[in-house]
Amino acid sequence: MTAAPVPVAAPQSPLVRVDGLNVEFATEGGVFRAVQDLSFHIDPGETLAVVGESGSGKSVTSLALMRLIEFGGGRIAGGKLEFRGRDGVVRDLASADAQTMNRVRGNEIAMIFQEPMTSLNPVFTIGDQIAEAVRLHQGASRAEARAEALAMLEKVRIPGAKGLLDRHPHQLSGGMRQRVMIAMALACRPKLLVADEPTTALDVTIQAQILRLIRILQDEMGMAVLFITHDMGVVAEVADRVLVMNKGRKVEEGVAEEIFARPQHAYTRALLAAVPRLGALAGEPLPRRFPLVEIKEGGGGAFTEAPPQDTVTGSAPVLEVKNLVTRFDVRRGIFGRLSGRVHAVEQVSFSVKAGETLALVGESGCGKSTTGRTIMQLQAADSGQILFHGRDLLAMGAQERRSMRQKIQYVFQDPFASLDPRLTVGFSIAEPLTTHNLATGKAVEERVAELLRDVGLSPDHARRYPHEFSGGQRQRICIARALASEPEVLIADEAVAALDVSIQAQIVNLLMELQEKRRLSYIFISHDMAVVERVSHRVAVMYLGQIVEIGPRQAVFDHPAHPYTRRLMAAVPIADPARRDRERPLLEGEIPSAIRAPNDPPEVRALVEVGEGHFVARYSIGDFR
Amino acid sequence: MLEYLVKRLLGIIPVIFAISVVVFAFVHLLPGDPARLVAGMDASLEDVAAVRKSLGLEGPLWQQYLHFACNALTGDFGISLKTRRPVITEIGERLMPTVWLTVFAMIWATIFGLLIGVLSAVKRGRWQDYGGMIVAVSGISFPSFWLGLLLIDLFSVRLGWLPTGGYGTWAHFVMPSFTLGLGVAAVMARFTRSAFVEIAREDYVRTARAKGVPEKFVIWKHTLRNALVPVITMTGLQFGFLLGGSIVVETVFSWPGLGRLLVDSVSYRDYPVIQAEILLFSIEFILINLMVDVLYAFANPEIRYK
Repeated sequence: MTAAPVPVAAPQSPLVRVDGLNVEFATEGGVFRAVQDLSFHIDPGETLAVVGESGSGKSVTSLALMRLIEFGGGRIAGGKLEFRGRDGVVRDLASADAQTMNRVRGNEIAMIFQEPMTSLNPVFTIGDQIAEAVRLHQGASRAEARAEALAMLEKVRIPGAKGLLDRHPHQLSGGMRQRVMIAMALACRPKLLVADEPTTALDVTIQAQILRLIRILQDEMGMAVLFITHDMGVVAEVADRVLVMNKGRKVEEGVAEEIFARPQHAYTRALLAAVPRLGALAGEPLPRRFPLVEIKEGGGGAFTEAPPQDTVTGSAPVLEVKNLVTRFDVRRGIFGRLSGRVHAVEQVSFSVKAGETLALVGESGCGKSTTGRTIMQLQAADSGQILFHGRDLLAMGAQERRSMRQKIQYVFQDPFASLDPRLTVGFSIAEPLTTHNLATGKAVEERVAELLRDVGLSPDHARRYPHEFSGGQRQRICIARALASEPEVLIADEAVAALDVSIQAQIVNLLMELQEKRRLSYIFISHDMAVVERVSHRVAVMYLGQIVEIGPRQAVFDHPAHPYTRRLMAAVPIADPARRDRERPLLEGEIPSAIRAPNDPPEVRALVEVGEGHFVARYSIGDFR
Repeated sequence: MLEYLVKRLLGIIPVIFAISVVVFAFVHLLPGDPARLVAGMDASLEDVAAVRKSLGLEGPLWQQYLHFACNALTGDFGISLKTRRPVITEIGERLMPTVWLTVFAMIWATIFGLLIGVLSAVKRGRWQDYGGMIVAVSGISFPSFWLGLLLIDLFSVRLGWLPTGGYGTWAHFVMPSFTLGLGVAAVMARFTRSAFVEIAREDYVRTARAKGVPEKFVIWKHTLRNALVPVITMTGLQFGFLLGGSIVVETVFSWPGLGRLLVDSVSYRDYPVIQAEILLFSIEFILINLMVDVLYAFANPEIRYK
């Protein structure tokens, strides 16, 4: 703050003061009030986190402050957005003209967005895109702006920044693109950075890097940050003060430590209870459902703690995977010359017993989803065995394999994309019944009604179409569809990743409840260590297509033996501001690529047993020597 | 970039070979003896033999093809049956009028089409949008022979400002290029509009605004540059079609172009001319497609590096 000009107003006057903000959207069903009567302030140099679930109006608030909401069809229907500029003059941005806004945006208030993959213009070079802001606001020459762009890229700790200036966005990974976005936003040294879910689309280790980077740059430049997020863990990591929103209104506002330690409002309490916390089950061998808080009108809530999930039965595995290998060819040039291979799944072996949940965890590109898809036969395996009750699926005839397929079902990540919008929910659920000839006539209807009840929906929902349901309800429908053919194994591929925390907790609990009732075996594919801790009996950590560590959940979480597992756990944001450690070393580097030259398979050796049923890789894989 | 170009040019060779085979086979697919057909029903056997020799129809098929292909490579497509002049001369005389007409039509149509499209997209749902799209729909729906006749009636017959038809001065170009380009401009406007509206929703357009980029740069730089990619394809296709010569427009304005040549040679069964024209159109199309792809690579760096 030393370089900041002396403000005209009192030194402690806020940088931003929002007063009675109302934002409306005109929809076919009338006016939708996305933000109602919202007031808050941001002091210079502080971080205010606005937290809430989807539809809470948190992103709308940030876009309104930038006056970008008009371009998305919204309208500021009332209220003040006072911003104290560099010159010390306080302006109401809600009534500022386009010219003033162009001077403020990118110059005094900058913004970064959730989707680094699509937020950079694909046709311009990185250097040009960063330089543009500098040229616009500082009247710098082309060469000066380029030099500034390079300086900014170095500031956001991009290795080889000089070579990056003339690159295009598609040549960069998501984490790199988000760094470029930050470099672009900070190029004019704004007084306020608006960060709208900047790490949501990133892997957890990359997220830790970006959060830390924002914090360092904030200190260096003395700027304030308005941090929009749904993730309480991230809030705890970054926020000085927290503003909780629900359905367009402010629920609670306060200092971060206070909000986490003594939440005043029932909604905040429910939100915090639903947040999966890494370490919540430390010392417990079995999974346990999320405690649910019933929100009562007028405050107050009741906690219900669930008993441990002791569902594993029998000793013989239901499903066993042995040395599974799945590779993809990368072809180049006019003759389709084989230029490399993606080693998506490399000699993966594991087994699941009845009533057991095995979690496959890892970051994007580690092969966890491909493993699931290969077991489901959605992807051809190169070699290995998939044994279902001891019989190899890969060695079966097509007919037999098809009948086996109904015993292993899949739930996908995106509940919006995995239901046909033109079919009724009932039809979607009935389809597996009719294709496998499991029921006919009246029995189909009864079965659909029963399934809907099992997943917590009502039988008369069967006649409705997917668009009438929320994300959480759709995921329930997908689960009902998966259960229709009476499977023994359910593969849940990031099945709760796209859902709000409170909904996520409900779906996880539903899955665990169904496991208890039906003795289902789950392969739970996830990147979220905290959720994995809740649901799984055993955990396999995947990295570059291989399992680097596998064992009972308690052993893996309490005594992680592989350095990658430790890195993954260290990167998880802790939903407790009292425990945050801002001096944690900044993790460096990208996740290496699983693409290798043809005929150069990676080394795979047998895992070493370090505890009962707890195995770990003790040889060099990727970055780990 | 150079490597990409060379690769693409090499890729053209097999395509041209395939086309030449089809064009060559064209004469042999006709029912009966092509030589007899060409020489006429009353011709003597010697005459038929002479015609066969002149058409290169002696010997096994592969020999005939080689003969055809070698001649074609040197620009020799034989003699027009109608005018008894070399086919290459016939086409050469007609080529440039069509090319110029097409170029002028494309230039104004592209400029106006783009402008109307962008205006409609930016002012979506307002009167400028409706106005622009009404013009565009009329442009597509207006039959060009009808429009041509109306223009002649107004500007040539009533006002006497422009010649009714023919080729020579700048004045001759005005009405034909307008008539020819109207449909293209209309398609272009609609295409640009939809591409632009789609791109305007992209996250990176929001990023540009968040940087404080003034609205006019957001439109003409950040959005249009991306929206151009599909528009370029469109332009290329239209250009290819028009280069074939518009039969209707050339007939209405008595334009001495390839379109009318094609009609004449089809009605006269002037096979050598038809063969040469098909080959020419095909090659034109291939080259335009190549140009489109190269422009694509300029517009979109993702393609450039693949």
